[in-house]
Order: sequence, then structure tokens, then C-alpha cells
Amino acid sequence: MKQFLGFIKKEFYHIFRDPRTLLVLFGIPVAQLLIFGYVVTTEVKNISVAILDRSKDDVTREITQKIIESDYFTLTQNLQSDTQIEEVFKTGNIKEVIVFEPNFAQKLGRDGTAQIQLIADASDANTANLIVNYTSAIISDYVQKQNKLQLMPMQIKPEVRMVFNESLQSVYMFVPGTMALILMLVSAMMTSISIAREKELGTMEVLLVSPLKPAQIIIGKVIPYVALAFINAVTIIVLGNLIFGMPVNGSLTLLLAESLLFISLALSLGILISTIAKTQQVAMFISLFALMLPTIMLSGFIFPIENMPVVLQMISHIMPPKYFIIIIKNIMIKGTGFGFVWKETLVLIAMMMVFILLSVKKFKIRLQ
Amino acid sequence: MTNKPIIKVENLVKKFGNFVANDHLNFEVYEGEIFGFLGANGAGKTTAIRILCGLSTPTSGNLNVAGFDIYKQTELIKRNIGYMSQKFSLYENLTLKENIRFYAGIYGLSSKEINKRMDNLLETLKIGDLRDKLIGSLPLGWKQKLAFSVAIFHRPRIVFLDEPTGGVDPITRRQFWDLIYQAANDGITIFVTTHYMDEAEYCDRVSIMVDGRIEALDTPAGLKKTYKVSNMDEVFLKLARAS
Amino acid sequence: MPDYSIIIQNISKSYGQVKALTDVSFQVEHSEIFGLIGPDGAGKTTLFRILTSLLIPDSGVATVEGFDVVKSYKQIRQITGYMPGRFSLYYDLTVEENLNFFATIFGTTIEENYHLIRDIYVQIEPFKKRRAGNLSGGMKQKLALSCALIHKPKVLVLDEPTTGVDAVSRKEFWEMLAKLKEQDITIIVSTPYMDEASLCDHVALIQKGKIMTIDTPAKIIEAYPDPLYKVSGPNMFNLLNQLRNFPKAKSAHRFGDSIHVAMKGDFGQAEIEDFTKEKGHEEIQVKPVNATIEDSFMALMNTNNDK
Repeated sequence: MKQFLGFIKKEFYHIFRDPRTLLVLFGIPVAQLLIFGYVVTTEVKNISVAILDRSKDDVTREITQKIIESDYFTLTQNLQSDTQIEEVFKTGNIKEVIVFEPNFAQKLGRDGTAQIQLIADASDANTANLIVNYTSAIISDYVQKQNKLQLMPMQIKPEVRMVFNESLQSVYMFVPGTMALILMLVSAMMTSISIAREKELGTMEVLLVSPLKPAQIIIGKVIPYVALAFINAVTIIVLGNLIFGMPVNGSLTLLLAESLLFISLALSLGILISTIAKTQQVAMFISLFALMLPTIMLSGFIFPIENMPVVLQMISHIMPPKYFIIIIKNIMIKGTGFGFVWKETLVLIAMMMVFILLSVKKFKIRLQ
Repeated sequence: MTNKPIIKVENLVKKFGNFVANDHLNFEVYEGEIFGFLGANGAGKTTAIRILCGLSTPTSGNLNVAGFDIYKQTELIKRNIGYMSQKFSLYENLTLKENIRFYAGIYGLSSKEINKRMDNLLETLKIGDLRDKLIGSLPLGWKQKLAFSVAIFHRPRIVFLDEPTGGVDPITRRQFWDLIYQAANDGITIFVTTHYMDEAEYCDRVSIMVDGRIEALDTPAGLKKTYKVSNMDEVFLKLARAS
Repeated sequence: MPDYSIIIQNISKSYGQVKALTDVSFQVEHSEIFGLIGPDGAGKTTLFRILTSLLIPDSGVATVEGFDVVKSYKQIRQITGYMPGRFSLYYDLTVEENLNFFATIFGTTIEENYHLIRDIYVQIEPFKKRRAGNLSGGMKQKLALSCALIHKPKVLVLDEPTTGVDAVSRKEFWEMLAKLKEQDITIIVSTPYMDEASLCDHVALIQKGKIMTIDTPAKIIEAYPDPLYKVSGPNMFNLLNQLRNFPKAKSAHRFGDSIHVAMKGDFGQAEIEDFTKEKGHEEIQVKPVNATIEDSFMALMNTNNDK
């Protein structure tokens, strides 16, 4: 055990003495989030909205009031008919039109459900998404407060429509996407590089010749990165929440547990890469091209999977980040529990097992 | 060999921060001689060679290499020198011919000239059959010899050899020195470092660096006489251990 | 205790088409310094990796202190200290941290075996807070040796510990090895420097994956087959070229400030003197000389090539 602790201590020395490693570990995640955060927060303030209220009852007025009271929106125009909608988007600075269906309060009282249509100008995709999400948040907040007072639960269904860019991705994609990307980067790339470095220096020979077991070498290499990647995951969740207002609607424990699973998966991938790569350069190259690019391109992070050619869609099924992104989106945004993500979780576990099995097979107690 | 200096070094000082790597070096290398540049690890040899090759600027001092000023004419210096070290050799995944074409091309030799010289070289070394072999497939001894031949392919006035014979078998090592002598006979000045003290005896003159300074500079015979010992090994030990 | 510390029997190893070792056999006695001498690419590193259980031979058997290098690799890894070529140190760790690390992974502490490394370590102890990457070659070598010794191995395997190190550090290093031998440690060391052979108890000369001869350095020199003369004069370059083409000489090699000439059959000093005079040399000195390991190595290389 003492041997093992000594090994981990050494790994931490390596990490904290290499400015480049530190930068990748802590600088990039924070920078990436802050860039998104900065871009987004400056946009969402005093957004001009127009309202088409076909019902004009107490409830719609109350909701409208709530929306205007928030700092985010300014009511610039009250519309009278559908035909005006396109017009205001084209001429004015209006970014969103909120449409209440007729007999809103009545339907709500009778059926317990009513519809609001949110139409946003999606030529600036990020902003549009934010606006819509903020509006939805205000509405659901209103609904929740009302539900506490009433016996019969009611539901308002915001129906979102984007104009000018209909297939737009949610900005909430960025937090889960960034998280997947960063955990992949930290875990897989950093471990594979650090193992390859020992090979390059020739120290791996000495380690192999020592009484340390190969499993101890691997686990010793991995543990510091599990810890650091976990810190990163927490940082992203916290920053995401503070800067974007990215909620964690579901269980935080589940979210962290799933993150830990994904980290372990990425680490086992990193070890697998290091069994193949003889030099740091090769390790870096494989990590970048085999992990980073697919994570960005094929996981649904930036490009929607549904829009891809069939071949790429097939490939996306074997991309671990895809499942992770689905899982954390579910937990963070929809607030669903384990019952809704167990399938994806199983896929990740299965993938991890395969990678571990492969790396144990490939990581030899000898050179060659 | 003449007594015409081709390298002139006056008061060369090179500092890295507070560390003085070269402390007021003064020496001359004569045209056509084999100049042995010895010293313990960390004595400052590599620093000095890098400066002489125009890869690094001295902190102060006057230096002239092949008639060119080290501060202003580094490009001209680079055209007139060759360089080879144990670490820097030929490209393993190119054939001998491709390596030669590449290096000769850098120095702007014409295709016709390259072919002529290449035929010459292959004939002298009796290795016509190696022309299209990948360098990686050749034994180390050959690689080193070929690396040297390529380093002087553009007929530089001076060639710098940084531990060219490390790890080579004793016969190849002597064949390598035959090539050095051949090149010196053709008028190329040889500036060589080595850890083999018997090779120091093969040099016309030898300088020994200790802690950034040149402690001794003479012919091998002269050094042995001065330090009253029978071989260069003892000269070196006497000087380097004294520090 | 087994009769020999290391026994190597008919070991062969290839990498694809390249034969790294061909039918290598020898034994190393307890507490001796055994030198494996040959140029780069001779197969020294491959053999050492087999001995330290890092590589499996294609055929043949090897044991270290009675443990089979393939089956009992765990025991082997407990009792050997290994210093690979290129000193394998962590350059971003300090001297002390490196030593501490290697002590820990072998389950020991610096204090426990300090007596073993004291003579070596005191020389670098003043720099113990310095990062290993900032040490000179000689100091790196001493630190690497300390690290290989810290767990008190029975067998020390040193792969080219003196390559790229200057003559002074080399000499000091061999003095350290001589002292370690007194501590009942078997030392097997490889080197491309022929002059280091005389510092070993036994040496094996290796070339192109084959052992050319194994014996004590004195006996190898004794076995040199031909009468050998040392020739020197003012014009060494011409002299050497002419002696190479001297029909009565078997070989002529430059050695420092003179030329070693091996003569054929009964020819001797008189023939050399006549020959050099005939070629117009003056002030030529000719003396019988004892062969060195390097002479033997070259003679063996030539006979092997002729085969």
C-alpha cells in the first residue's frame, strides 16, 4: 500500500510541476465555460418581446406581468393578429413573440392544461434558445406556484417555434457537451500521455522491473486523473449553473455518479491508447483524432445526430460521449431519475468493460 | 595544413542567467587541421559549438568563422560549414539517394552536380548497391559513415563533428577516422568532439575545456610533455579532476 | 545458493527478420563484475531486458539467482536492480524525490539502505533539492545508480552506464562498482568502451548478437593469436596506409599515438623496420607490445567475418 501511495504522490508531482498539464487541466475547462458564459450573458438583458394575447384574461395578464417584471424582457408591442408576427420579426428588434391561445384561463381551469406558443428569432441561435428557455422557466415557475394553491394540478405547455433557423440546437447542449469534451480530454489524453512519457523516458522499464504490479502501475496512474477530472466535472456544473443558469433539476448525486462513470470510461480508453502509443506525440495524436474530434462532431454536441448521413449516425452509436450527453441532459434539464437513463448507463458500463478488458490484455508485464 | 586561422575566437563569453557556460574562450583553428575539442560533460563544449555554427549568439566576444562575422553573417557561415552528431543523422525512412538529394538540395547544388558527386561518393566507399536502400535498414556503423559523407557533400570549409563515433565498433570507428583524414587531406577543416581519448591522439591539436574555460591547447605530443604523462587519457584526467 | 548468480543457456531472440541474439550462453559468478562488451546494436540491451524479465527469449533458458526469468519474473523483479541505458529518472522530480520514489516502490526507505549508496550519494547530496533534469551527465548517472541500488538488490544490471559520460565520470563510476562488489552484489554491466574491459572480472565480447569470446580480460589478451608490434613515427597517416598494405602484416590499426601491427607467422620487428625504411620513413620506432581487449575484439571480428 505504501508503494502504491508513493506512486500516486509521484504522479501528483508530475502534474503540478508541468505548466502545460496544469493549463489543460484547469485553464481550458474554465476558459471554455467562461467564453460561452460571457457570450451568452451579455445578450440576455432587456430583450424586446411582443405578445399576442388571444385570450386577454387574468391568467394571461398575470403571466405577461411576470415576464415583463423579470429583467430579461421588455414588452415592446402588443399584437392583434397572426399576420403581424412575421412583420414584427422582419422589421423590429423583436426577438420573441409570445402567443396565448384563446380561452386560456378557461381551458386551464377546465382541462388543467393550456398552450403558449413561443416564437423566437433564431438567426442568433444561442440567444433564441436562451430567450425561449428563460421564458419557459418563468412560465413553469408561475405554474408551480399556482399548483401549490390549487387542488387540481395544472399544466401550461409552451410550444416553441424557432423562426429563421428551425433545426437549432439548445444552448443547454453546450454545458453537457463541454462537460463530455473536457472529461474526455482530461481523462483519456492526459493518462495516455503520462504513460507514454514513462515509456519515452525509459522509466517504464524500471517500473516494470520493480515489484509493483502492472495493475498498481495503471491504477496509480489513473487515480490522480480521476480526482482531477472529478473536480473539473464539479467546476463545470457549478460554473454552468452560476453563469448560464444551467439547472440541475434531477439528483445531483446521480449526476456526479454518472460523471464518475464517464470519467472511468474515458480513463480506460486512455490506458488503451497508451498501450498502443510508444511516444507522447503518438498518444496525443490518437487522443485528438480518435477521441476529441468524434466527441465534438459525432456525439450530437454540435451537429444534431438526426441530420447526419446514415453512416455517421451508425458511428455515433459507438461514441461514448453521445450516451453521456443524453444522460446528463436528462438529469440536468428534464430532472429525470435513474429510471430514464439506465439504458444509456448500461451502454457506458458495457463500453468501459470492453476497454478495460482490452487494455488489460494489451498492457503487458513485459516490454514488446 | 596551414597556419592560416579559419576560426578565430576572442574572449567568447556565453551566459545563461548567472551561469557562465563559456568564460572568455580564446583560440584559433587553422585551415585544414583536425581540431579536437575535448571537455567533461557540462564543461561548455556544446554551447561553444552551437555558437560557432551560428545557432546561438554569444553574450560577448569577437568570433569569425570561415571569414565571416558570427553576429552579422550567420547565414553565410551556415553555407560554409557542415555538421554531424551522433544524435543527428540521416532520415531513416528515406533512401541513401533521397537523403543526399535532400541535403545537397538545401545547399543549392544542381541536380547534375549532385548526381556527379553521388556517383563519386558511392564509388569511393564501394557502396553502389546501397543507393536505393532505406537508411533505417543499414547497420549503425554505415549510418555514421554515410552521415559524415553527407555532412561534407556540399564541400564545406569546416565540418563540426559532435561525438561522431559514440557506440560504434572499433573497426568502424577507425574507418570513420579514415574518412576524417581523407576529408582533412581534401582541405576541409575538422572540428571534432569525442569521449574516446585515443581519438584525441588522432587530432593535430587538442583543446581541453574545464568548467567553461579552455585549460589546455596544444598538440597531443605537446600536452603529454607538459603534463609529463604517457597518454591523452591521463592528460584529461589530470586537468578535469583538478577542478 | 545456486552455483552461479546468472546462467544463460542458448538464448536466441529475433525482432521480425532481425536476429538480435543468436545462441548466447554464459555464466556469471556471485559477486563479480561481468562485462558485456560490444558496439551499439550488438544485442546487449536485448540480453539485459531478457535478464530483467522484460522480454521473453524465443528459445533458451536464463536464470538469475536460481529464478527462471520467464516463470519467476516476480522474484526476479524483487532481487534485481536495473539501470537502463539513458538514465531513467524523472526529470521533473528532485534528486531526493527520485530516490525516495524508487525506495518506496520497492517497499523500502532511503534510511534503511543508506549505507549501500552512501559513497555515491554523498557526491550528489548537496544538490538533493535540484530537479534531476538540471543535473550534469555524470550526476545523473550517479543518481540513477543510487536509485537502482536503493532496494539492496542481489544482482545489479547496468545497461551502458558510461555511454555519453566523460572520462572522469567514467573512471569514478568504475571505482564505485568495485566498491559495490565488496557488498556481495553481482554486477553485470554492458559498455561499448573496450578500455573498460580490464576493470571487469570476466568479460564477454559480443558482436551482431553473437558472443565472440568469454573469459577473464587477462586470458582474452593472452589468447591474442599473433605477434603484435607498436609502430610510431612522424608521418602517421602515410605510415598507416602503407602498413595496411604490407603483405607480411595481418592487420594494422591506429591506437592513440601509435599503430598496432599484427604480423603473419614468424615475421617480426625486423621485417617492419625494413618495410618502413623501404618506404622512406625515418625515425620509426618499433616495439613489441601486449594486445589490448580492443586488439582482441578486432581480431575476433575479422575471424568471425571470414567464417
